[in-house]
Amino acid sequence: MLVTERERLREELVALADKFGRERSALLPILEEVQRRHFRISEYCMQVIADLLDIHPVEVHSVVSFYSFLDEEALGQYVIRLCRTITCAMAGKDQVARQLENDLGIRFGETTPDGKFSLRWANCLGMCDQGPAMLVNERIFTRVTPEKVHGILQECRQTFGVHAFGDGRERRP
Amino acid sequence: MSDITRTGALTFSQLQPGAGLEVALGRNAADVLAEIGRSGLRGRGGAGFPTSVKWKLAAETPAEKKYVVCNADEGEPGTFKDRVILSEYADLVFEGMTIGATVIGARYGVVYLRAEYTYLRSHLERVLQRRRSENLLGKDVHGRPGFDFDIEIRMGAGAYVCGEETALIESLEGHRGEPRNRPPFPIDTGYLGRPTIVNNVETFAWVVCVLAWGADWFRSHGTDKSSGYKLFSVSGDCARPGVYEFPMGITVSELLAEVGGEGAKAVQVGGASGQCVPAEHFDRTIAYEDVPTGGSIIVFGPQRDMLDVAENFLEFFVDESCGQCTPCREGVPKILEGVAMLKQGKCSMPYLNELCSLGETLQLASKCGLGQSAPNAFLSIAEHFQDEILGRVGAGRS
Repeated sequence: MLVTERERLREELVALADKFGRERSALLPILEEVQRRHFRISEYCMQVIADLLDIHPVEVHSVVSFYSFLDEEALGQYVIRLCRTITCAMAGKDQVARQLENDLGIRFGETTPDGKFSLRWANCLGMCDQGPAMLVNERIFTRVTPEKVHGILQECRQTFGVHAFGDGRERRP
Repeated sequence: MSDITRTGALTFSQLQPGAGLEVALGRNAADVLAEIGRSGLRGRGGAGFPTSVKWKLAAETPAEKKYVVCNADEGEPGTFKDRVILSEYADLVFEGMTIGATVIGARYGVVYLRAEYTYLRSHLERVLQRRRSENLLGKDVHGRPGFDFDIEIRMGAGAYVCGEETALIESLEGHRGEPRNRPPFPIDTGYLGRPTIVNNVETFAWVVCVLAWGADWFRSHGTDKSSGYKLFSVSGDCARPGVYEFPMGITVSELLAEVGGEGAKAVQVGGASGQCVPAEHFDRTIAYEDVPTGGSIIVFGPQRDMLDVAENFLEFFVDESCGQCTPCREGVPKILEGVAMLKQGKCSMPYLNELCSLGETLQLASKCGLGQSAPNAFLSIAEHFQDEILGRVGAGRS
């Protein structure tokens, strides 16, 4: 990482600490914001956050590694999380999973080489009456079928801006 | 936002916003507690602890600061009623939290919302903002001098175990979501070491109903030990899945008739951590004293393989175990291995008995509710579906 880039990142983290506070309870809000902006929480970020909150970096790492929505390794711009829990399984999530893998050319747990998509499993998304369900970033899709997969991926590819799908309610008119 | 399925008229939709808070502010804390106590309201998240007892203990613990926490970490497989409540009746939840604050003497409330529901956040923030502008939150709430209370939304980050109240508090404090030993309980040593009440989304909404319409109204529904109504999240092999409201004490077969699930061979009541009720027990009632549930009802039709069901639930727990205590961390994968053996037709009866006894060990020896309930589904399937799971031929036997 370039020195200037590090400096910029550092300033960003300082701003986050100013916003959320420097108590230990501010750790998760800070980490969630870093994850949202950078698709990962790098070792460097963890060190800086640890310094700002005056805790050991191992403490930060232990939190990052615990939560499934926080990642040390870079995720794609669009993280697809397909629900694998029982009712979505009964509603045909395997077929949807296969189609996602086919259309993206990656397996679950992987990220496309262009850094656009990551494919993940999720545990119960709370859409059991409308399965199979999947999250694309923060937006929920329900009653997904293999034939709908292509359209959803196309919509992602054609959406500009990093935080599209950030909030299903305000995404577009 | 995707569509919301809601079936039948919910009690919540008939309630005037503010009616419960009005009553609460017109009485002293002891009266409010007595009313909730008389209603018999018990925790709607599934554990069923009497709400008034929890609040009373927190109220009686002297402390400079106290906290009201709403557990919106709805992660139990098959549960989605809190999503509907938060989408449509967020005011009731915030009002219930405000009533809780008057009772225990808190000035600060937190909604712990699961990361999977991030799309609800902006809606909830708007409702909070509106309530602040209406003086239902903030300084001198609803014109009561000295009663300051505000609510903040904090996000989870994808961990089922954080639905356990002490893990939730750990997470709020910026730690891994690892459950604490209890005691001490959150009512005296909770968030930041202060007295804290942690209640389910639905519980807060019912508190408002109890105060607005009285304990007698609430008591007149449900059973003696499980009073009132409850929201159910119904999914699986039925004609009309969705969110339903039924009085506590409804039998499984009555419920199935309502949702179009007649002909089911089994019903999972209480999600992955609940129990699997076979058809011959459909006359059992859904209540804290019989088959308890946080609202999750998953219907399995005759075509379903119960080993697939057990396997799915166990994989869930392997994934979501926090890894802190040995029985849960090591025991659940072992049972899952056993299910694979059963699927391949390679499991002897003595080994199945060993697996069941391991399951009972987990129920006894695990530190928190996750590990204690992880083997439940497997144990009930092993008990009721022996003819289906033993002596399998074909699939994978070598």
